[in-house]
Amino acid sequence: MSNAIKAANTATRTHTGKVEKKEYMKHGWFWTILFALVSIAWIYPILLVVFNSFKQKIYISSQTFSLPNAKSWVGLSNYTDGIEKTDFISSFWWTVVITVGSVALILLCTSMCAWWIVRVDNWAAKGLYLLFLFNMIVPFQMVMYPLAKLTDMFSLNTPWGLWIIYLGFGAGLAVFMFTGVVKGIPSEIEEAAMIDGASVPRTFFTVVVPMMKPSIVSVAILETMWIWNDYLLPYLTLDGNKYMTISIAVQYLKGGYGAVDMGAMMGCLVLAIIPIVVFYLFCQKFIIAGVTAGAVKG
Amino acid sequence: MVTMIGKSIRRWWAVFALPTFAAFIIGFVAPFVIGIYLSFTKFTTITDARWVGFKNYRGVFSDPDFVHALIFTVAFTVVTTILINVLAFFVAYMFTRAMRGANLFRGVFFMPNLIGGIVLGYIWQLLLNGVLAHWGLSLTYKGIYGFWGLVILMCWQQIGYMMVIYIAGLQSLPSDVMEAAQVDGANARQTLFHVTIPLMMPSITVCTFLTVTNGFKLFDQNLALTNGAPSNSSEMLALNIYNTFYGRVGFEGVGQAKAVVFFIIVAVIAIIQNRLTTSKEVQA
Repeated sequence: MSNAIKAANTATRTHTGKVEKKEYMKHGWFWTILFALVSIAWIYPILLVVFNSFKQKIYISSQTFSLPNAKSWVGLSNYTDGIEKTDFISSFWWTVVITVGSVALILLCTSMCAWWIVRVDNWAAKGLYLLFLFNMIVPFQMVMYPLAKLTDMFSLNTPWGLWIIYLGFGAGLAVFMFTGVVKGIPSEIEEAAMIDGASVPRTFFTVVVPMMKPSIVSVAILETMWIWNDYLLPYLTLDGNKYMTISIAVQYLKGGYGAVDMGAMMGCLVLAIIPIVVFYLFCQKFIIAGVTAGAVKG
Repeated sequence: MVTMIGKSIRRWWAVFALPTFAAFIIGFVAPFVIGIYLSFTKFTTITDARWVGFKNYRGVFSDPDFVHALIFTVAFTVVTTILINVLAFFVAYMFTRAMRGANLFRGVFFMPNLIGGIVLGYIWQLLLNGVLAHWGLSLTYKGIYGFWGLVILMCWQQIGYMMVIYIAGLQSLPSDVMEAAQVDGANARQTLFHVTIPLMMPSITVCTFLTVTNGFKLFDQNLALTNGAPSNSSEMLALNIYNTFYGRVGFEGVGQAKAVVFFIIVAVIAIIQNRLTTSKEVQA
């Protein structure tokens, strides 16, 4: 009897569920039009920078909101100026090297460390875990000055050295997220693999890593967003005469000398935004999943 | 029987745990410990540090710029936390109901998050200075202009991020509870305030925490938008600490003491937040 009611209930539920899906909200068009307008306003700041990047510099501050016209149009000269003044191409390259290297190293080392912490679970592992938790609440300004001195002292002031610094300072969140995942993986599977004669590293890479895949993608996205855009850490630690990142290059235009070259600035801003937009268009699904996972766990 | 595999894994500590741990010592533990020590000394480089006790800490609170930056940061954090969370929740609520184009709008709203703080700062400097120029003003005319400029920038950047978290929360609400409310005759507003929002408390605490800490730790945007101008009146805590270190010779010790105070504030917020998250969660 009660089963019959339950069955009936589920039937109506799926039924209404289907109907609701097709039925749009009341006043739906009003909201769609409203949000369409808001969305255009939302991307307007970026469009404004794009328009201005084609204008001669004196028109950028004086007529910010007018489209480029015959008088103010300068073609791509703002871009060439910007690239030349900041050495943008090499800044872009170093940003790629730092980001890709750091993220790869973080993923490899912290996933191994997280597995070790969860499976060993002795006092050392527990202490280590608490230290990583502590790391997540410490703001960068707390360690900024000694860290800059230490990187110089150990000659870690290169893009490769920064891989280690990012692994060290960014370990907290990655270890935390990975330990959460490993705790949910039953250890029997690994035991079976080891009994079958697999070594410890082999067990990790062929049995555990495939099961951690979704979280690896999430951590990769979160760390990439952080490291790609980070300004202060590379600015303080990198040897500024040899290496710059995109953020440092943009800030350099401002801080360099006297009046800011607004033309070159607009060119650089657009060049800085393009790779991010491309990345976003291709990985939107993973990025949103990564952000959600990070928020739930963090 | 974790011990059986635990034992064999433990022997591999040098491969599995040591690399992360070694980097962690260099990148975090050592600078942290040195930082605490340096806050009690007078120094220009790490090697010439001389012990001065609590003198630096007295210097922290007798610095009017620091006190101003603290008030500015707290006010900024309160305003942005409320604005961002209310707006992001509203947007997420609208987008999870059947609306044409919701997916596209969601993509647009999220996008600013991926752009770095420095670049964001200069984008908004162009726009806001362009608007203010109509009245012959600029962002650096008064501290209050920088304040609202930063608020607008932060809202633009973070609403999309929080929206994504709220959407995930709204989509995982138990459908039987929502239906029960409907069956009991609750209207949309009653359902929102008496069912949806209480059930959304975990998401709300996470987002509140993220916006509070992001507000407190804000640096790049502050540096790029106004750099504290005019005369440090739009300077936030992180920028104030940075300027004390690298802008005033002889104040490195005070700068480090400020950094410790800053750390303690952020840590206390995080701990309070953690308590709230675990106590306020409503079971469905």
